[in-house]
Amino acid sequence: MPVFLLKRFATFLATLAVASVVVFVVLELLPGNAAELILGDTATPESLAALEARLGLDRPPLERYADWVGGLLRGETGLSTSYDTPTAELIVERLQVTLPLALLAMGLTVVLALALGLYAASHHNKLGDVGVMAASQLGIAIPNFWFAILLILLFAVHLQWVSAGGFPGWADEDSGAFTAASLGEALKALVLPAIALALVQAAILARVTRSAVLEVMREDFVRTARAKGLTRRQALWRHVLRNAMIPVLTVAGLQFANLITGTIVVENVFVLPGVGRLVFQAISNRDLVVVRDVVMLLAGVVVLVNFVVDLLYAWVDPRLRVA
Amino acid sequence: MKGFWQRALRHPSFAAGGLLTALLAAAALLSLFWAPYPPAEIDIPNKLQGPSAAHWLGTDSLGRDIASQLLVGAQNSIVVGLVAVGIGLGLGVLLGCIASARRGWAEELIMRASDFTFAFPALLSAIMLTAIYGPGLVMSIVAIGIFNIPVFARITRGAANAVWARDYVTAARAAGKGPMAITLDHVLPNIANQLIVQATISFATAILAEAALTYLGLGTQPPQPSWGRMLNEAQTQMFQAPLLAVYPGVAIMLSVLGLNLMGDGLRDLMDPKLARRR
Repeated sequence: MPVFLLKRFATFLATLAVASVVVFVVLELLPGNAAELILGDTATPESLAALEARLGLDRPPLERYADWVGGLLRGETGLSTSYDTPTAELIVERLQVTLPLALLAMGLTVVLALALGLYAASHHNKLGDVGVMAASQLGIAIPNFWFAILLILLFAVHLQWVSAGGFPGWADEDSGAFTAASLGEALKALVLPAIALALVQAAILARVTRSAVLEVMREDFVRTARAKGLTRRQALWRHVLRNAMIPVLTVAGLQFANLITGTIVVENVFVLPGVGRLVFQAISNRDLVVVRDVVMLLAGVVVLVNFVVDLLYAWVDPRLRVA
Repeated sequence: MKGFWQRALRHPSFAAGGLLTALLAAAALLSLFWAPYPPAEIDIPNKLQGPSAAHWLGTDSLGRDIASQLLVGAQNSIVVGLVAVGIGLGLGVLLGCIASARRGWAEELIMRASDFTFAFPALLSAIMLTAIYGPGLVMSIVAIGIFNIPVFARITRGAANAVWARDYVTAARAAGKGPMAITLDHVLPNIANQLIVQATISFATAILAEAALTYLGLGTQPPQPSWGRMLNEAQTQMFQAPLLAVYPGVAIMLSVLGLNLMGDGLRDLMDPKLARRR
């Protein structure tokens, strides 16, 4: 087990390191002169030189890379060129929206997908199964941002139950304290975006769950369990579910990565002040420092999630620990 | 081959998917020669009109004809899908074949690299590229294409490894055929089915990704009509003209649904074992 863990951990660190090199090369070296890119064609030579010095572009690339990565590790990040604030501060502030949103969406996805997938598998080839499969085929084809717009059309424009976008913040506006009312309002603002994000992912995961469960139900040990007198339902809960979890976990892990990037789109539909909106505005403002750090963060999250999924595999299936 | 088409037309998801995909292709082809109005023609006096005989699906906030924009927008989706899948297919299959034919460090390197590329979903690559080069159709195609490379590399290598283990490949090697000849004569023809299925599904994913990028303003730029940007513009008119936010989404959904259904159908049709097991 420790060898397995160490190996996986080493791969995880190596992937992060390569990702940081790619981000650095693409966003710092490829553009040629980032200061020129940020200031545009009309910049004066003096302002260019000043910005170059501030961004440290006059130093050799290796030194800049070491500085950047060292800073990330110590939590001392560069200054955003448009906000004049350390990017870490900006990102941490925005994560208070993005992280709850992604987790809420992931939770919804897993609950919906497992329920639908199990239902379809246990009603294999009957009407319920066909219905779930047809609905999921449709769900996969719907772009999440369009579904978000449709949700706004229905709940904000037509029924007027919620506002069409925006985020009130977790704390009460007047007192600055976290009250039940302020938390509720904030959560309410995240519900529609989370549903929009979860729909597509749940549709995919439900299909995976269904086929994984069906696959395991054909195994000999399930037949043995049934022969020993377990009902279909008992066999499902005691033997099938755990064994069907491996493909479900793989896909769910990949999906969390999709959810994280999906938040970029959906946050923009609902005008939520999250990381996605931050990076999107950074592109418009040519704020390469923010783009670089946010992209690194998101790539890091994707790599981390894959690492965690690997560990979960080993926990679910002990055979993989020796491999 | 005749038998294949007979079975194909009776296969419900292939038939439905094929029909929707044919509609998409027909819309794009038709729009090359004809559309009810020039899609970018602004006609402010007739803005935000409902569906009528003159404007089948009405007009947008600048008086542009929605039906014409939808038709011409199909071109955009097809171009993005074709090129992005082409990039992924071309480079991915090449890398996958090399990995499978050479094994050893080449395989390890290619597979690690493609694992790694998954850390950058199309949206992240697109964000990096547009931050530097500015938004546009080409950047969005490149970003989606890059993401497709590891997808095809993995599938190719997995399927090709299985072919390499077959007796007829051993026989070919004994007869003195080199890795290049074996790849061309035996591996590629035997894995083509799987690649076609994946290409269909990747095409659908590319349409979705392009729509999202264009919605964000990172993809196709005006005046070229695209479904993603129509949705973006419609969102600002949601209270006055909610239907504007419905049409382009339906177009995207039907295209993606069609390609996915066709891909599923092809998988069944090309792998009879799988079809029976379902």
